[in-house]
Amino acid sequence: MQPLSATNDFVVKFANVNGSGSASANQLFAKAILRMGIPIASRNIFPSNIQGLPTWFEVRVSGAGHLGRRGGVDLAVAMNPQTWDRDVAEIEPGGYLLYDSTRPLPPGRLRQDITVLGVPLTELCNAAYTDARERQLFKNIMYVGALAALLGIEAEVVERLLAEQYRGKERLAAPNRAAFHMGREWAAANLPPIGLRLARADAVGERIYVDGNTAAALGAVYGGATVCAWYPITPSTSLAEAFERFCRRFRTDPDGRKRYAIIQAEDELASIGIVIGAAWNGARAFTATSGPGISLMQEFIGLAYFAEIPAVIFDVQRAGPSTGMPTRTQQGDILACAYASHGDTKHVLLFPEDPRECFDFAATAFDLADRLQTPVFVMLDLDIGMNDWLCAPFAWDDARRMDRGKVMTAEMLEAGATFGRYLDVDGDGIPYRTYPGTHPTRGAFFTRGTSRDRFARYTEQGAAYVDNMQRLLRKFETAKGLVPRPVEEQAARATPYGVIFYGSTAAPMREALAGLAADGIHLDALRIRAFPFHDDVARFIAAHETVFVVEQNRDAQLRTLIVTECGIDPARLVPILHYDGTPITARFIRAAIGEKAAAPALVPLRRTAP
Amino acid sequence: MSYLKPTLHHPRLPTNALGLTRRDYEGSISTLCAGCGHDSISAAIIQAVWELAIPPHRVAKLSGIGCSSKTPDYFLGTAHGFNSVHGRMPSVLTGANLANRELIYLGVSGDGDSASIGLGQFAHLMRRGVNMTYIVENNGVYGLTKGQFSATSDKGSKAKRGAINTDEPIDLVALALELGATYVARSFSGDKDQLVPLIKGALTHPGVAFIDCISPCVAFNNHPGSTKSYDYVREHNEAVNRLDVFFDRAPLTAAYAPGEVVEVTQHDGSVLRLRKLHPDHDPTDRVAALNYLARHKAMGEIVTGLLYVDPHPEDLHAHLGTVATPLNRLDDAALCPGAAALAAINAALR
Repeated sequence: MQPLSATNDFVVKFANVNGSGSASANQLFAKAILRMGIPIASRNIFPSNIQGLPTWFEVRVSGAGHLGRRGGVDLAVAMNPQTWDRDVAEIEPGGYLLYDSTRPLPPGRLRQDITVLGVPLTELCNAAYTDARERQLFKNIMYVGALAALLGIEAEVVERLLAEQYRGKERLAAPNRAAFHMGREWAAANLPPIGLRLARADAVGERIYVDGNTAAALGAVYGGATVCAWYPITPSTSLAEAFERFCRRFRTDPDGRKRYAIIQAEDELASIGIVIGAAWNGARAFTATSGPGISLMQEFIGLAYFAEIPAVIFDVQRAGPSTGMPTRTQQGDILACAYASHGDTKHVLLFPEDPRECFDFAATAFDLADRLQTPVFVMLDLDIGMNDWLCAPFAWDDARRMDRGKVMTAEMLEAGATFGRYLDVDGDGIPYRTYPGTHPTRGAFFTRGTSRDRFARYTEQGAAYVDNMQRLLRKFETAKGLVPRPVEEQAARATPYGVIFYGSTAAPMREALAGLAADGIHLDALRIRAFPFHDDVARFIAAHETVFVVEQNRDAQLRTLIVTECGIDPARLVPILHYDGTPITARFIRAAIGEKAAAPALVPLRRTAP
Repeated sequence: MSYLKPTLHHPRLPTNALGLTRRDYEGSISTLCAGCGHDSISAAIIQAVWELAIPPHRVAKLSGIGCSSKTPDYFLGTAHGFNSVHGRMPSVLTGANLANRELIYLGVSGDGDSASIGLGQFAHLMRRGVNMTYIVENNGVYGLTKGQFSATSDKGSKAKRGAINTDEPIDLVALALELGATYVARSFSGDKDQLVPLIKGALTHPGVAFIDCISPCVAFNNHPGSTKSYDYVREHNEAVNRLDVFFDRAPLTAAYAPGEVVEVTQHDGSVLRLRKLHPDHDPTDRVAALNYLARHKAMGEIVTGLLYVDPHPEDLHAHLGTVATPLNRLDDAALCPGAAALAAINAALR
């Protein structure tokens, strides 16, 4: 078996016990490679637990800049005896296994087709340190040192990262540096060179390395959110926590008073209730949750839809249904959010593809919610939200101002403007609203979830109800022109095939398209970024004989939405589905589309005679 | 029943300090049953807000779902109202309060709304200390859905069609005391002399002010066997005190026997003068109030009056440390960190 040989193009997977301090060391490894100008895509695979269960950190090194998960492991760092067998089994033939050789391996547990690299980490640590916690922690830095020798990570880069991490804490920096060098020197002296190498490049550029939840939280700050009400749930908790950190930094007056209010509510119903009350009263408000929280919020979402109150809801989707797999990713809440609540409802959804778009769409969501006077869902998923991604740096135009939408002021009321809370004044379906307390005698009205006429007067008359419901549809039409448009990428040559995708599928999709093109299969690609769907979507489908819809759920939910909302014959949309909780890979997409595109069933019916 | 409200009024109706008459504090005509206790409470609210000379549009009135939750439409017509969803007024009001700390928040709810589906939100609002007046219009039934027992129905009480309630009742006053409300009262829709001052005190109280107001349902719970009927309440009402509210330290104009009056000076300088009717009730001792309630309940009494008041409450905004400017008035400059700050963030992420 030929050992694998690749430069700047391989996958390293760390298998650790969670709570053992490995996360810091693994991040150091990842960032060092980035600092060498080589793009990486890293993913945490963690259990629904706090301490003691397996956790994995997968780093894909990709000089070509592929940020999706590739699938397969070239070098496994197996630090968890509990998952040894599966970790070893996952290594590609010709791959490498790095492990703690202090304890000898059981005979017969090794594959013949991989290269085994043993480093006596425990022995080295026990010799160097006496404190039990130190012995555990420094083992991790030590294997980073070993990897540095094996793969060619520049030591100066690691030293600089350690200096930054422990700035002002020399007491901690020194032993970390020492452990790193100990591992590096031992590996250089005792291990053979391997075929996987890193070579400094210039492919990272100005890009930043950040997770989607943090980016979304920052977008909420820039978007002017002042009220956040939330309930802890994996994987959205870190979004609310990041918002709090940013607010402490950017929204605190010199005297310590806060230009924000964050409530950790007693449940998701209270969370969305607080958001709606705050937005009703003119503050920009949001909550962050996942699938189970969306289920709980249904009633309030319907109230916000019908009473036309802004609300921003971040749904960091995880595998469902029910409790599902709390620490695994999925795109399974599309329909639950699009049609949330009983009765006829339709809601605005945004589909960011990476943390940069999480930032942009978060800020935009508040403008959209205020302008459209309706709930807006920002649909992240665990893959985007809880992993660090290389993405374009955040950008902001200082000339930008919040769009508060149609709000009738005291001046306008005083000047005699006709105010009807549910009165469409210009045909876009969006009425004016007033904030409570605006004017002593004008502009007050009763907000409620019941039917009412254009002047917010209670009525059960059918005609008034239908009029209102139709206006809500007009409003949704208006939304089409305001939400982010789909992005199309045309193939190198004309093709009858198209592919539609969204969210975190984007990165592996791009890689798959390149691979498919190399296979001779060309597809025009359309990345959907929001619902309601722009007319471009129907046009794109009409322009192709077969359109694949790639998504990460069992029931092809976005496909259902397209069929329903655009009136498309389902036969024209071929679902490509991956939903086992792991992020979809380019290999999967390429194989699935490749197989279907080659299948006789998809050859056009009209053939020229032989 | 009436459905038209006259627009004419007596030319010499008394005006308050703002020059407004009581009529300026009214709302739409009530669609509740004739004789409903809730209408008396609405009248008391109108009276209280008018006497306090609060500009009506500076009140935000929120409610849940139910007969009582319909009532905000019937008072303060120039104020914004929000009839939300069943049991969830507390969260909506909390959010509204966070957005603008300068308005006066009045939450109206019922025993179904607050003691069953809304029990959780009721409890957590009390814990958080939201500055508001929370009135439960308590009739011991689900009126709007035609007569089912509520969670405040007394054990052993009889429904209109004869069913006996076998569940223990929830005492929202005891819960409010337990969970930290700083102004806790019970009253009766039929006793306007007691109720109006209690509402005034609640509206001026800068913390969670809770009033459990028994409000008989003439349609479904005003029959023999009910413990929330007009007759029953009148016979078992044991008021612990009478409350007068003053806005400065007015000198005592009548002679009171020693121990008969308790004065509580609030944070804003207003004075609550409580004329004690029961010697063994101390309105400034929370634990004693809980004790008092338990003992007198066992005696079959409906204890009314201002049961507890903390003269120096803290509200949610104080706990959070929010700026004095209402959050809904902060502009781009106050909220957006700008491009330069973003460049620094980017640099730290490379």
